[in-house]
Amino acid sequence: MAFKTPAELQYSKTHEWIRIEGDEATVGITDYAQDALGDVVYVDLPQVGARFEADGVFGAVESVKAASDLYLPVAGEIIAVNEALITTPELINKDPYGEGWIVKIRVAPGIGALMSAEAYAAFVDTIKH
Amino acid sequence: MSDYGGLRRTPLYERHLSLSARMVEFGGWEMPVQYSGIIDEHRAVREAAGLFDISHMGEVEVQGPDALPFLQCLVTYDVAAIPPGQANYALMCLPNGGIIDDLFIYNLGDHYLIVVNAANTTKDVAWMRGCAAGFDVTVTDVSERTGMLALQGPAAEALLAQVAGADLAALPFHGVTRGIVSGMPAIVARTGYTGEDGFELFVAAEDTAQLWDALLDAGRSAGLKPCGLGARDSLRFEACLALYGHEITEETNPYEARLGWVVKLDKGDFIGRDALQRIKQEGVQRRLTGFEMVGRGIARGEYEIRDLEGAPIGRVTSGMPSPTLGKNLGMGYVPIALSAEGSEFDVVVRDRPVRARAVKMPFYRPRYKK
Repeated sequence: MAFKTPAELQYSKTHEWIRIEGDEATVGITDYAQDALGDVVYVDLPQVGARFEADGVFGAVESVKAASDLYLPVAGEIIAVNEALITTPELINKDPYGEGWIVKIRVAPGIGALMSAEAYAAFVDTIKH
Repeated sequence: MSDYGGLRRTPLYERHLSLSARMVEFGGWEMPVQYSGIIDEHRAVREAAGLFDISHMGEVEVQGPDALPFLQCLVTYDVAAIPPGQANYALMCLPNGGIIDDLFIYNLGDHYLIVVNAANTTKDVAWMRGCAAGFDVTVTDVSERTGMLALQGPAAEALLAQVAGADLAALPFHGVTRGIVSGMPAIVARTGYTGEDGFELFVAAEDTAQLWDALLDAGRSAGLKPCGLGARDSLRFEACLALYGHEITEETNPYEARLGWVVKLDKGDFIGRDALQRIKQEGVQRRLTGFEMVGRGIARGEYEIRDLEGAPIGRVTSGMPSPTLGKNLGMGYVPIALSAEGSEFDVVVRDRPVRARAVKMPFYRPRYKK
């Protein structure tokens, strides 16, 4: 099964995507991650205003089976959280790159190790096989 | 069962792949954790029926003139109270009362069939053989040549009757019989691990795939779904059935695990009896306790439990959002004083204490046919 990896996004090894627009960015988890996790039933969201280092744990997504930490791909301050996920966490399964976004951040200096869509797709292939 | 790069595969491995199951490692086996999704499969079992490949389970035959006295020495339950054609849950304990494994004992008349946990099979068989000295018995590990399926849910009886061409209404709760299912010799038992009525079927390893296909084909219109280990875990969790390595280990005793009903101190001597008698007399310090999360958060196995003053008092054994009840529930060991319904304590979720309240067990009342 081929997973979607939109070309305009950047990706982390821990399966988050990030869309950087100026000094702001939107973060979610990838199509591969939502599929591997199964039905998302709970999302632990950070407080608006909280600051994280690159690769810092900013929350968690949980399925019936397990909890997975969320890592912020770049350093930044939370400026918005997707409150729709509190009542409809399954948006992450249905639309991981759209309505299933998780947080918006103001980007601080200290970019983590990001991958292009192509590099991420190749990385997922190495996990699957 | 075959060996691939250290992980073992059941006779249904190819079936799981063709059903696009997600495969995971479990107790040394490569097993399906889910097909259509844990919640979907969980609901199918509560409302219709589910079919599970549980061929990873260990099966041991105990045979010989001393089979009964040997088993009486080996386990905590009174095996003399299991007549031919019946089965019962039992525990195998260490001399100190710690639980080596939990098992099911099926009395097939000419021998006993013991089902043990996959990850414990090697340990259990070695322990059983070590205890067999002085008894005229043979202990045979038949796990390799035995396939095992679980057909569970309210639609299971009608479905199995159709495939077996026999009336199964007469098979009582925990009853076991030999029969022909879809042309294959099988042992059929009214047992399971979901809190629903249902059956477990034992067939020759080479017949397992054919039986799996026959049941899935026959059940499709009735809402039968293939189910993985994820739903098996969430179903047993709601019914508060212990999972070895979580609620019970060699470091837990039956009384604190709320399994005192499986220990028959008055049946005669058995391994662990002296220690268990002492534990029962002195009373346990902690008890397995079911709880509901009051604050926002999901408890998971191994999370720390603290009292309301912040002192560590125990650990979660299993926790998850309950698909049937729609609540975040958990089980864990807490001191006796906090184990009563309504008691409050905190579960530490990612460094944050989240309030939890003790509730009645089981969370989901089993719907067995009795």
